[in-house]
Amino acid sequence: MMNRIKPLLGTLLGLWLLSGCTGSEKDAGQKSTTPPADIKVVGQSVAETTAPPLVPKPVGSREATKLIVNMEIMEKEGEMADGVKYLYWTFNGTVPGSFIRTRIGDEVEFHLKNHPNNKLPHNIDLHAVTGPGGGAASSFVAPGHEVVFSFKVVNPGLFVYHCATAPVAMHIANGMYGLILVEPEGGLPPVDKEYYIMQGDFYTKGKNGEPGLQPFDMQKAVDEHPDYVVFNGKVGSLTGDNAIKANVGETVRLFVGNGGPNMVSSFHVIGEIFDKVHVEGGDLINKNVQTTLIPAGGATIVDFKVEVPGTFVIVDHSISRTFNKGSLGMLTVTGPENKKLYSGKQTDGIYQPEGGTIQSMPGEKAPAAPKAANLAERIAMGKMVYSKTCLACHQENGMGIPNAFPPLAGSDFLNADAGRVIDIVLHGKTGEVVVNGAKYNGVMPAQTLTDEEIANVLSYVYSNWGNKKQEIKPETVAAKRKH
Amino acid sequence: MNNLGFSAICMCASLVVSCSNLTLRPDTLPIEAPATSGTGGEPLSILVAPTDTTSMAEVKGGSYVPFYGKADSSVMVKGFQMDKHPVTNRQFLAFVKLNPQWRRSAVKRIYADGNYLAGWQNDSTLGHSMLEDAPVTNVSWFAAKAYCNAIGKTLPTINQWEYAAMADETTRDARTKASYNQHILSWYEKPNTSGLPVGHTTPNYWGIMDLHGLVWEWTEDFSEVMLSGESRRDVSTDNSMFCGSGSVGASDLMNYAAFMRFAFRGSLKANYCVQNQGFRCVSK
Repeated sequence: MMNRIKPLLGTLLGLWLLSGCTGSEKDAGQKSTTPPADIKVVGQSVAETTAPPLVPKPVGSREATKLIVNMEIMEKEGEMADGVKYLYWTFNGTVPGSFIRTRIGDEVEFHLKNHPNNKLPHNIDLHAVTGPGGGAASSFVAPGHEVVFSFKVVNPGLFVYHCATAPVAMHIANGMYGLILVEPEGGLPPVDKEYYIMQGDFYTKGKNGEPGLQPFDMQKAVDEHPDYVVFNGKVGSLTGDNAIKANVGETVRLFVGNGGPNMVSSFHVIGEIFDKVHVEGGDLINKNVQTTLIPAGGATIVDFKVEVPGTFVIVDHSISRTFNKGSLGMLTVTGPENKKLYSGKQTDGIYQPEGGTIQSMPGEKAPAAPKAANLAERIAMGKMVYSKTCLACHQENGMGIPNAFPPLAGSDFLNADAGRVIDIVLHGKTGEVVVNGAKYNGVMPAQTLTDEEIANVLSYVYSNWGNKKQEIKPETVAAKRKH
Repeated sequence: MNNLGFSAICMCASLVVSCSNLTLRPDTLPIEAPATSGTGGEPLSILVAPTDTTSMAEVKGGSYVPFYGKADSSVMVKGFQMDKHPVTNRQFLAFVKLNPQWRRSAVKRIYADGNYLAGWQNDSTLGHSMLEDAPVTNVSWFAAKAYCNAIGKTLPTINQWEYAAMADETTRDARTKASYNQHILSWYEKPNTSGLPVGHTTPNYWGIMDLHGLVWEWTEDFSEVMLSGESRRDVSTDNSMFCGSGSVGASDLMNYAAFMRFAFRGSLKANYCVQNQGFRCVSK
């Protein structure tokens, strides 16, 4: 490792920072001149470990210590998506496993326990370990047993850990991964909110959405054709009530890992720009980044300040995964609007290429457009509206996306009150709704559709997927619009 | 971590297979010494036989290519008799009553770890919810071996076990069938099967039940195939028992079921008592 020269560079950089600016980037250099391997440890303590999306308290100014980490391997059934069960293999019962937070120079005494109910032997490879197999060679443990091994963390950064027992791809694909953070001396610069997110790809016998207990499919894993690409082990782990939260004006730090086993993540938060990205979880800091790449078996730290309220959608910007395989999370920011930064919609004009100018919409009157002569035509035209406007969220089959976008198919909410539905299409909807027994807490924006289009698309929706076959007339929509 | 100090054999990257040079080395078989020396306190000496109620099935001899072998490394297996189902709680309880040195309170830690017969209420009573007809589990290799020896049988070797277990209901070697492998893998993904009664799976080609789908089973020479558990390291060529890392094709997929079985064996020591592991016996 290059640690021998690091302290010297750190000192020089520190001096430069002192003379140049005020040293606001205090994590850019090491304060201590002791090589990390020689840092003395003081006392011992049991590490706080947390389930995602939470992270343990920052190390702050504490000295290096002997840190005891307890980790229990559990093979247990969980829910991948609504109605889809999966047998996860986990570190401490969650996917990803518990977050481990250390500081440089810590001596970690790792206790790895394999629950007696488990069928298989497991081990752990921590990328923060300097040693053969990252600890895997020393940590192979049979069900009903516990192994102990120790290592000193000598490189700061955010590191992945995972099981490396054969077949490795299967152990990882079943959820055996997590993150270990090694903070520099003095800790990372403080922020207001910190969260833990880890992406993973899953391979099931049945296709995405097929219900029941789904076995792992090795062939799909070998072919790298996942059925699910998700954050924190399941569809909807970060949406609705599970969304992570912050207040306007706060700084947010996300520790983001990618367990893989195969997919590389194009990590992006819709409507935010990362002020700082610790590239690949290391020392290099990039600024003002839109989307950052996280390799399988890699991690990144992103910091940003949230300045306006709203729901910020967390995605893998390899975007089919988001809308079709589950990699969708939400950050809900509450607080006062900031119109200087973001106005909301100000005007809505008609664009006519022939005229060369944008004209404003004449009052509340719908523009001339083909009108449906009968119900069949209305439904056919409604289908086109649906494809353009509704399909991305509510899906082609009207099933929506569990925990994010409610279903329109066989929807009790829809069939109970058509007037309410017209209102929502016209004016949008924020806040909790219960559809077919499941809670949703997202945002549907007001749709800029004509009365005719709304009538058509709703007639289409009501005529399909087991709904109550109701025709919605443009006049009804027009009346609601005035209301 | 090293089992009993045996030389490692093989293990390759995730799916792979084809390891060469699996040789049986009698000199490295688990410690026999305590069995032959000493007095009544030693577990392998002076065993009283319980009534053996298990019927056996004949497995005809033949050759097969082991999971860990190369295509040309087929192994001859002589014909043998194998218990139709794993040894049950009832049978093992009878054994323990007759052989006090194998009671939970009396057994020495070098022969059975702290999980020995975990779940029993005491030395001579099963746990409340345990079925008499369920396979006995939480038994060490030493205890399993003592049981088989007491009734004049032995534990199966890896080759005997694998040879008998590669059959499905209709074929002696069903390993290339997708259904065969799917059946095994589905068990790996089913929690808590060890409490179910024996003899409820369909008999295989030989008339043997439960080889897959109930519990892992001890083999006489389990420690001969040893994994470090670090599957990537095991590929390295500095090991004299080098395991050639093959490329993976669809036809190799069958091996990942076997892979986990061998990984499991590699994680054990002879005194380990595992909740999902039992045993059965064989004879000539």
